[in-house]
Amino acid sequence: MSNITELDALTLGREIASGNIKVREATESYLSSIKAKDEQYNCYVTVDEEGAMKAADEVQARIDKGELDGSPLAGVPVAVKDNMCTEGLLTTCSSKILYNFVPTYESTAVGKLRDAGAVILGKTNMDEFAMGSTTETSYFGPTRNPANPEHVPGGSSGGSAAAVAAGECAYALGSDTGGSIRQPASYCGVVGIKPTYGTVSRYGLIAYGSSLDQIGPLTRNVSDAAAVLTAISGHDERDSTSVDKPAVDYTQSLVKDVKDIRIGIPRDYFGEGLDPEVAAAVRGAADVLKSAGASVEEFDLSLVNYAIPAYYTIAAAEASSNLERFDGIKYGYRTEEYAGLHNMYKKSRSEGFGAEVKRRIMLGSFVLSSGYYDAYYLKALKVKALIKKAFDDAFSKYDIILGPVAPTTAPKLGESLADPIKMYLGDIYTISVNLAGLPGISVPCGTDSAGLPIGVQLLADCFQEEKLFRTAYTYESVK
Amino acid sequence: MANIISDETIEYVGILAKLELSDEEKEAAKSDMGRMLDYIDMLGELDTDDVEPMSHAFPVQNVFREDVVTGTDIRDQILKNAPEEKDGMFVVPKTFD
Repeated sequence: MSNITELDALTLGREIASGNIKVREATESYLSSIKAKDEQYNCYVTVDEEGAMKAADEVQARIDKGELDGSPLAGVPVAVKDNMCTEGLLTTCSSKILYNFVPTYESTAVGKLRDAGAVILGKTNMDEFAMGSTTETSYFGPTRNPANPEHVPGGSSGGSAAAVAAGECAYALGSDTGGSIRQPASYCGVVGIKPTYGTVSRYGLIAYGSSLDQIGPLTRNVSDAAAVLTAISGHDERDSTSVDKPAVDYTQSLVKDVKDIRIGIPRDYFGEGLDPEVAAAVRGAADVLKSAGASVEEFDLSLVNYAIPAYYTIAAAEASSNLERFDGIKYGYRTEEYAGLHNMYKKSRSEGFGAEVKRRIMLGSFVLSSGYYDAYYLKALKVKALIKKAFDDAFSKYDIILGPVAPTTAPKLGESLADPIKMYLGDIYTISVNLAGLPGISVPCGTDSAGLPIGVQLLADCFQEEKLFRTAYTYESVK
Repeated sequence: MANIISDETIEYVGILAKLELSDEEKEAAKSDMGRMLDYIDMLGELDTDDVEPMSHAFPVQNVFREDVVTGTDIRDQILKNAPEEKDGMFVVPKTFD
């Protein structure tokens, strides 16, 4: 079958379950697709051809024995962002400091996928330690946007989003600390969801901002996203922030009905800086949902501009603490020449981390230092409480908040890194979601005049993924 | 620029962050950090006197469990990742004279 890589994950899963396509055949198709395309797009840091073929045979055997009945993703090839530990498979965080790190354990999300019969093709490129919005800060070079290779795929899960868009995997896992699933999904024209904080275990996810990080799927469509999230979510005693709730089958939410859904559009999201073509496409999506029966009105969310400074303070603080573990002793890069222990730490870290990572570690160390802690870090945590309250007020009136994912479509390579604050401003619509712990999904809603994809972002209150999937699915079905 | 970062501050933050910056990197860090702090100062516009700082978006509690070993002995695999190891241990530079 020549069109295997054009199938969405659930369709491929059904073909495999019915025996029309063998797991080996599906895996080989994707490996050839990677061979043909990845030199141009650079979606992968590591392609595990041998491991994938071995897994394909094992999964096929499990399917043949009936052990994977009821697992819709059995045999479907997946790509995993390179900040999730994969046992025995190189995991670099796209950083020189982890250039040779082979985890001795599996992250929970990846382990759950393996249990569900997934075939892992390899590890995808990302901004170093997930710090960036373009995938250009990777030690292994930038990923290119399959919609137009002159443009970035977004970030930090740019490799995952581009791999889905390019047909180099059936679906992928990403992680989202300030928009790192939703923004690349929007730039590449795929679906990406950041679940409510605590929905997917962070065990084995190399931490950036622990209070903000969540793993989630990047997929061809909303149904695939619901199926993947069902497979990877659930309580995990190895992550103390994992929420102890009964497992949910999100595919039950794939219902075409928004008649009871009240949608609010923040007026403050459509101000200065928003590209008119993006604004028009997003408003078009709102019109579609209105025609489908949802109520739609505008409101003032407030505090929108304060989310970015609060976020960068908190994320940098947590990053400076989380990245202390990279010291050149237990794993990863160690400098060649040094004079004593402290010099070894400093030189290994200075040579091992890239510029953006060092910038955030420095800022984080500063805002946590005595004398500045209250003025910066504590202040940011208070503003976070205000932002959370603004969302609580909004969700007392609306089921869904609808807006853009990013102010523009994907910028060209090389245009973003020179001015960090300008780059950070691009996160304005995604970042407050992480501060408030909310679920958010990006769904393709059109292209600009240059043919670059545009995404619409839907947000719901914590643990209201049911409404999110239902609204996104309805939009996708009727648009 | 309202926030001027001194050489001493950059030195001090370098110690906290365990980073050794070149002169060029130090200058860049001074300017970057100053600009970021100018930007972050925007938070001062908000009155937060009566606001409790929020570290987690919804209430979380510490999770306790019995201290029971569940893992297996994978010392050799763990040591394979070490830049230097000897006799089943990590090798570190001399820490005192």
